[in-house]
Amino acid sequence: MIKIQGLTKAYPVKGGGTFTAIEGIDLTVHDGDIFGIIGMSGAGKSTLVRCINLLEQPTQGSIQIDGIEVTAARGKDLLALRRKIGMVFQKFNLLMQRTILDNVALPLEIAGVDRAARETRAKELLELVGLGDQGSKYPAQLSGGQQQRVSIARALANHPSLILCDEPTSALDSLTTNSILKLLRDINRQLGVTIIIITHEISVVEKICNRVAVIDSSVIVEQGDVADIMAHPQEEITKKLLGEVSWDA
Amino acid sequence: MLEALSAFFAQYGDLLWQETIDTLIMVTVTTVFAYVLGLPLGVLLNITRPDGIWPHKGFNSVVGWITNLGRSLPFLILMILLLDFTKLLVGTKIGVLGAIPPLIISATPFVARMVETSLAEVDSGVQEAAQSMGATVPQIVFKVLLPEAMPSLMLGGSISMVTILAYTAIAGVIGAGGLGDLAIRYGYNRKVASMMWASVIILVIMVQIIQSVFSLLSRKIDKRIRL
Ligand SMILES: Nc1ncnc2c1ncn2[C@@H]1O[C@H](COP(=O)(O)OP(=O)(O)OP(=O)(O)O)[C@@H](O)[C@H]1O
Ligand SMILES: [Mg+2]
Repeated sequence: MIKIQGLTKAYPVKGGGTFTAIEGIDLTVHDGDIFGIIGMSGAGKSTLVRCINLLEQPTQGSIQIDGIEVTAARGKDLLALRRKIGMVFQKFNLLMQRTILDNVALPLEIAGVDRAARETRAKELLELVGLGDQGSKYPAQLSGGQQQRVSIARALANHPSLILCDEPTSALDSLTTNSILKLLRDINRQLGVTIIIITHEISVVEKICNRVAVIDSSVIVEQGDVADIMAHPQEEITKKLLGEVSWDA
Repeated sequence: MLEALSAFFAQYGDLLWQETIDTLIMVTVTTVFAYVLGLPLGVLLNITRPDGIWPHKGFNSVVGWITNLGRSLPFLILMILLLDFTKLLVGTKIGVLGAIPPLIISATPFVARMVETSLAEVDSGVQEAAQSMGATVPQIVFKVLLPEAMPSLMLGGSISMVTILAYTAIAGVIGAGGLGDLAIRYGYNRKVASMMWASVIILVIMVQIIQSVFSLLSRKIDKRIRL
């Protein structure tokens, strides 16, 4: 379980002062959740999720993973923490000069796993994401959807119990988006991995999330079960985000 | 024409060959040492930037400032300034040996900046991905930054080498040996115009070879190019 309380991140601003990107965030994510965080551009979604693996150091507040406070982690503890949390990015962020197989093996290499073991694991993961025969290719030879599959395989390499996804489908067309979302849901079901997924599209939440938090201008305005929030949105911003769906449809 | 050529080579061929070898020695030795020193320096300059993976503002400013100082001195001036130091270090101020210390000192900051620039091209998202995996700073340098920048580092290498080649020609002014020296001694002092031209032609050919070899290598290793 991930319990976030009073989380605030203020960035220093050039020329003095600070800019508060997220403020007083309270959030609980249960094991096995696919937890959506939805909001408009600039609302603070990325900042929130980057605080969870301390890519950003929060200014205030607490993050507990399975009862252990993580915001104070430094040095070896911090590295160990990050090795147990997978991350998937909007732009895939694969190493262009490494083969697909070696990309998936990178987290294991970093963790000091020996070559034979990491190759076995990487091959197994490529099978899982449906790219078993592509291991010797390079990222530039794959489509965007395939690259995102590779990056999901990479995120799973160290057997994480949590995966953070920062707009994993925003660079993809709608068909590819569906297949990536389905992959994430399958992983969640098969491996029991908890997934936190950021998006600005309500359709992503609708398709795979069981719980959702709506973030607007640095604060969480509502959170709960997806079905409840979809049926009875309380806040203006939620209605707006929902409205986009019916307008699209 | 042919006779004139063969007469020219009979008289000066050995000399041209010898000086070509000297130039190659100076360029190679300088490039190797300049990279041994400049590569780590360039890496440090890149990772200690405010947005780098190991921000150290003070260190970055100081090293950056020294690097700029080294780069702002024209090579000829630097060489003359360093004459006594060179003598102390290698026992002579002249010849190939005497030219190498100032060449290295001049080329190192240049190489450091070239390396820094190549590393700056590496997508910050990829570095962030490595950080999110719990990579240490050395791991990011050796597993991500350097390999991802390799094609660009190769191209930078050719620019550095050509610059060093130009420095060796300047070093000829104080009798460093090599083709620059030859052009000055024969072409300028003794007015043997053919020697001047022969040196220039060999220098041009060297530049072309360096450029094409490194470009080819760079393209060959770059996996961003779809096959
Ligand atoms: N390193 C930083 N320094 C200063 N300000 C920042 C920094 N990172 C983000 N911000 C600011 O914080 C706010 C929230 O940014 P964040 O990236 O969390 O938004 P987001 O919800 O992920 O938006 P998007 O949908 O565009 O990705 C933005 O106004 C942004 O400009
Ligand atoms: Mg974002």
